[in-house]
Amino acid sequence: MKHLLSAADLSRDDAILVLDTAAELAAVTDRSVKKLPTLRGRTVVNLFFEDSTRTRISFEVAAKRLSADVINFAAKGSSVSKGESLKDTALTLEAMGADAVVIRHGSSGAPHRLATAGWIGGSVVNAGDGTHEHPTQALLDAFTMRRHLRDGAGDLDGLHVAIVGDILHSRVARSNVLLLRTLGAHVTLVAPPTLMPYGVESWPCDVSFDIDQVLPGVDAVMMLRVQAERMHAAYFPSTLEYSRLYGLDARRMGLLPAHAIVMHPGPMNRGMEISADVADSSRAVMVEQVANGVSVRMAVLYLLLGGMKEEI
Amino acid sequence: MSRVLRGVRPYGEDAVDIVIADGVIAELAPAGTGVGDVIDADGLVALPGFVDLHTHLREPGREDAETVLSGSQAAALGGFTCVHAMANTNPVADTAGVVEQVWRLGQVAGLVDVRPVGAVTVGLGGERMAEIGAMAHSAAEVRVFSDDGKCVHDAVLMRRALEYVKAFDGVVAQHAQEPRLTEDAQMNEGELSGRLGLVGWPSVAEEAIIARDVLLAEHVGSWLHVCHVSTAGSVEVIRWAKARGVQVTAEVTPHHLILTEDLVTSYDPIYKVNPPLRTAADVHALREALADGTIDAIATDHAPHPHEDKDCEWAAAAMGMLGLETAFSIAMATMVEPGLLTWRELAQRMSVRPARIGRVRTQGHDLVVGAVANIAVVDPSAVRVISATDLASRSRNTPYDGMELPGRVVHTVFAGTPTVLDGALV
Repeated sequence: MKHLLSAADLSRDDAILVLDTAAELAAVTDRSVKKLPTLRGRTVVNLFFEDSTRTRISFEVAAKRLSADVINFAAKGSSVSKGESLKDTALTLEAMGADAVVIRHGSSGAPHRLATAGWIGGSVVNAGDGTHEHPTQALLDAFTMRRHLRDGAGDLDGLHVAIVGDILHSRVARSNVLLLRTLGAHVTLVAPPTLMPYGVESWPCDVSFDIDQVLPGVDAVMMLRVQAERMHAAYFPSTLEYSRLYGLDARRMGLLPAHAIVMHPGPMNRGMEISADVADSSRAVMVEQVANGVSVRMAVLYLLLGGMKEEI
Repeated sequence: MSRVLRGVRPYGEDAVDIVIADGVIAELAPAGTGVGDVIDADGLVALPGFVDLHTHLREPGREDAETVLSGSQAAALGGFTCVHAMANTNPVADTAGVVEQVWRLGQVAGLVDVRPVGAVTVGLGGERMAEIGAMAHSAAEVRVFSDDGKCVHDAVLMRRALEYVKAFDGVVAQHAQEPRLTEDAQMNEGELSGRLGLVGWPSVAEEAIIARDVLLAEHVGSWLHVCHVSTAGSVEVIRWAKARGVQVTAEVTPHHLILTEDLVTSYDPIYKVNPPLRTAADVHALREALADGTIDAIATDHAPHPHEDKDCEWAAAAMGMLGLETAFSIAMATMVEPGLLTWRELAQRMSVRPARIGRVRTQGHDLVVGAVANIAVVDPSAVRVISATDLASRSRNTPYDGMELPGRVVHTVFAGTPTVLDGALV
């Protein structure tokens, strides 16, 4: 595989290979010298058209641990706002010899365009595009679930995962639905009807408007960030009502089976979709998700740029 | 001096010689007997010159994308003898001065009748009515008024415009798009838009405006024209309105007769257009509606854009695609070849009806003695591969680049004078 644009690009075997590779690479992180020579001399560009310090740093650390040269290119303003166009930026990076471009863009499909328009020759990794996809987030979520719920190996066959919140605008939800399905898990999306995508009935998952009914049957619940701006666009009447109907508080956490974990891709709105006591509870695995993000992104860069497995 | 289209088959029927003199069809003589300068048309099909109700010529303002001249050339090569130049230029065609300028540029180009469309509202702003009367009484004699690209969404303003144009037998051509339902819209709203993470343009946003407008037209006894109908639901509304006796006409673009939303999966902005590409079911309904007359005309919505406005990510790209030089081929492939329209019926949809809708007296005549000699001569048996760089348009944004399409316009005669011979501009 040359690019990672969508979680749908990954077959079950591909996905498991990424997760297994990430598990091996995670061990490196536990060494005192946290570095492998695998991608020495290769150049990875982090091309971020949207601010996302968390994701950018995660990719940066991942690339550096593989000894790649990392260039951070914070492109302020896409061609939408009449800055430099995506094409000219791409041509610049190509001229600089980028082996891989990790792109975050506000426009859905921009990574796809970068990979297929013939502007660059290197690999493209989608680090989040508009309201489309965020495949490495889904991989790190799967990795986290596998560690907690499946002894860190194989697929996720039989798991039931609830994804709760602003599904409509969430690239995390889209990628997770696709990847979790590929790995054999069952997904239920939970949100007010206004925050469900049109046509969600035909997605390979269940849909519910009632979180209390769903929680007792899940192995993991993933809470999504809900932006207060959505209230002004009349997706729901008030943050208070949203929180009351769809937020995860201590009472609702009590509905979960004993083994179930609580996830969140961050950044969290404490008090909105997740209460502080839930966020800080022992079931919450958010900090671990961040650590796993580095391992998974190492694995993705490693596999796309053709690192040799024996070097680990 | 007379000219003879030798051995041509009007509407695909028996071969004759069409003798053209003084700008009109002087005689339909037995094949091989007509006297005059011979234009070889042996076995080719003659149709009345096509009339486009919906063309963006971009001049004044965006001469980098198209000019009245380059657009006229593209039109002639596509078999057109008349185009209606949409008002969304810069400055907007909302005064007598601008429409007369466009009209004069058309006269100078001299390849087709360029009929300017006047804006309904000042600056297409949707707030105040433009000087419609002045445009109607100008040298350009504007009869079609449209804010195309924008919807006249204010119901009172739409009502007033429908009423006002009655004074000079004009028509309001509505771009039906409820603005609030389509904020930031990128593609047809459906399962695919949800999956691709692109903001949806729901069909109801078109249908709701059409439903409102046909009722308004009925209420005030005016005539409404609906631009680029794109959904099966819109077809149902128009069919209902026509059955009820409402004075409504409608057009469909070639691309909505053939392309579907699944092309957006490529995120290639060449497929970005407004209204958006819809589903196969919509395409089917549009073809049926064009066949049964619910939709009156094919109109290209020829929308040139400079390369940089398409060579970018989807959201940043401009909406629209070229249409003039491929319209006939698409019409033939989607309507004539499957048996939905005869050549005579296609002539109605591409020439006679649009000329009547646009109130163009010298266009859309049947191929009979005495008719103005506006003639498209086509070769239905030809097959050509479309190349974006070979088009006469200044822009390259055709969705058919590299595609093999049936049919070819061989000769075009405009008011008795050939503008295109053997597929090349004269």
